[in-house]
Amino acid sequence: MTDTWIILGGTSSMARAFARAVSRNGAQVLLAGRDMKDLEASASDCSLQGAIAAEAIRFDARDANTFAPIIDNASKLEGMINVAVFVGSMPSQDQIDADPSLIAGTVTDNYAGPATFLQMIAPAMEERGGGTVVGVGSVAGDRGRIGNYVYGSAKAGFHTYLSGLRNRLTRSGGHVVTVKPGFVDTAMTWGIEGMFLVATPDKIADDILKAVEKRKDVIYTPGFWRLIMGIITAIPERVFKKLSV
Amino acid sequence: MIWNTLTYTGWGRVHRATAQVARPERISSLAAIQADTGAPAIGMCRSYGDSCLNDGGHAIDMTRVDRLLGFDTENGVLEVEAGARIGDIARRFAPDGWLPSVMPGTGFATVGGCIAHDVHGKNHHGAGSFGQHVVEISLMSGGKLQKISPSKNVKLFRATIGGMGQTGAIVAAKLQLLPCKGDIMTVTERRIENLDHFLEALDNSKSTYTVGWVDATAKGEALGRGILEEAETGYGLVPDAKRSRAVPFNAPGWALSNPMVRLFNAAYLRRVPERGRTSVKPITEFFFPLDKLLEWNRLYGKRGFHQFQCVVPVSEAAVLRVMLDQIGNAGLASPLAVLKRMGAGRAGLMSFPMEGYTLAIDFPNRAGVEPLIAELEEITKNAGGRVYLAKDATLDPSHLMKMYPDLHKFAKLISEIDPDGMYETDQTRRLNIRSHA
Repeated sequence: MTDTWIILGGTSSMARAFARAVSRNGAQVLLAGRDMKDLEASASDCSLQGAIAAEAIRFDARDANTFAPIIDNASKLEGMINVAVFVGSMPSQDQIDADPSLIAGTVTDNYAGPATFLQMIAPAMEERGGGTVVGVGSVAGDRGRIGNYVYGSAKAGFHTYLSGLRNRLTRSGGHVVTVKPGFVDTAMTWGIEGMFLVATPDKIADDILKAVEKRKDVIYTPGFWRLIMGIITAIPERVFKKLSV
Repeated sequence: MIWNTLTYTGWGRVHRATAQVARPERISSLAAIQADTGAPAIGMCRSYGDSCLNDGGHAIDMTRVDRLLGFDTENGVLEVEAGARIGDIARRFAPDGWLPSVMPGTGFATVGGCIAHDVHGKNHHGAGSFGQHVVEISLMSGGKLQKISPSKNVKLFRATIGGMGQTGAIVAAKLQLLPCKGDIMTVTERRIENLDHFLEALDNSKSTYTVGWVDATAKGEALGRGILEEAETGYGLVPDAKRSRAVPFNAPGWALSNPMVRLFNAAYLRRVPERGRTSVKPITEFFFPLDKLLEWNRLYGKRGFHQFQCVVPVSEAAVLRVMLDQIGNAGLASPLAVLKRMGAGRAGLMSFPMEGYTLAIDFPNRAGVEPLIAELEEITKNAGGRVYLAKDATLDPSHLMKMYPDLHKFAKLISEIDPDGMYETDQTRRLNIRSHA
């Protein structure tokens, strides 16, 4: 039986790479996002890469009305329902300092929107007794840093949500993979200074797929970020508060 | 951020540019970028010289716009975005019985780059150039997206194929693929004793894919010796292509010194038994032999290298002897030297191919190389031949008009499309192309 992958935030380069990877394995793909023209091009690509079926569908993390049609659509398909969440936005800390009202949108894009969607689809997954949720968070969610603590705190909220969802779905045979990418070479990070050890979206997609197959709980990708974040989280707060890392 | 300041090079690594580079992932962002700042589109930068460089200016990296948009299984027409790589297309479609009709020597070249340089492959004598199999191009010029084809806006179509990006950004294209038997190649290799033998063997080859390797260090009786490879696609099972490996650092100068190259070439020639041999290989190993060695350009050291590639008419084949003689005497050649028979097929105003023989040789960037290349370019011009702009970093601008008879038409058209020269590159400025309008 063919599995379905709902890919939220389907226009991001990481999502595209992941969609291609599951398409090559012959999945059915629902690409969800806002730029429908772009999603349709990606859906054609998925079909030609080997997806049994691929469709573009509207999703806006800030518009909960777009959620139910996606779930209805997926519920009509046979096989397990899987969801991969690539949505997110990262206004710079400077922009947020200048306009604190940006915080609400950042929290919606990175946490509240996708969490609401997952909460709505969880019963359908439980009913089928399986399925995997991939939630893409960030290493920035492991500790609040001066450079981007609003984005980081939204991701931290999402991490905690995913941990709870894992606890729930595991009882019905489902699974949740929390993905914490380090620096990835995407449109979001293009031209930002101070990036190092940057990974390609294809590398991240590959790591995610392996984690799904092995039913890993939390992965850092590339893997060495576990070590880097281990060090960063071990620094005592009274020291950390004076650092700009 | 839209613009990222990057310093980059062409594949030959002799010239470098520092430019503001944008890398759109969607057509909508490409349109926004173009509306803001017109800039030449670039791909994987596998052209050797300065055709992808725009020092001090802007450039648009198209490599993230790389999706397959549609495939007609009846007639084999593939619609694909410009940043897709030719090797990926070959790997995807060969098992289904289709191949890009023309493939350059590296699978890392993008569809956009193949069109913009009207590239040729090992089947040029039969199949013609890449552009001859392009059914339609989506071109974004001045923020406006338009479809051009051999029947719609022909003038612009012929200026875009082989047009070095001077008409705007190629966004997507429909390509006529070629039926193939499967994803393996049956390859026959034969030793060739000298230049006369080589030209005769190339002329008489009945194979779909034919390419010659020349030992550019050989002199006298052995001048022009090498290996002829002839191949056909086939169906069957062979081990997967070997995993690719990367050259980890710049090689030292002596690695490609004349004695080393002579030793290597002699051994390389003897690799093929005297009576020849036939073997089967995965398609990618035949078409893109160097791709499994990632960043092989580092073998030429940090000063980089030049590739000289010319084509001369059949009637002027004798000048090949003169060229090989000069190259052999100079003792500057690397092992990479290729001789091929070309047909007449070309699709654009500025396309390289002409009926004749094409010779391509790599030279490490050392003292004496540029003067040698200048002599070879002079010989090419006097023989009524042409130098390939995809490889060029050195051509004397005064040779251009004689080599490219449609230059005037081309220059006039691009000056109309782009009066401010926003698509200019280091190469078009060096060759002063717009002055011919």
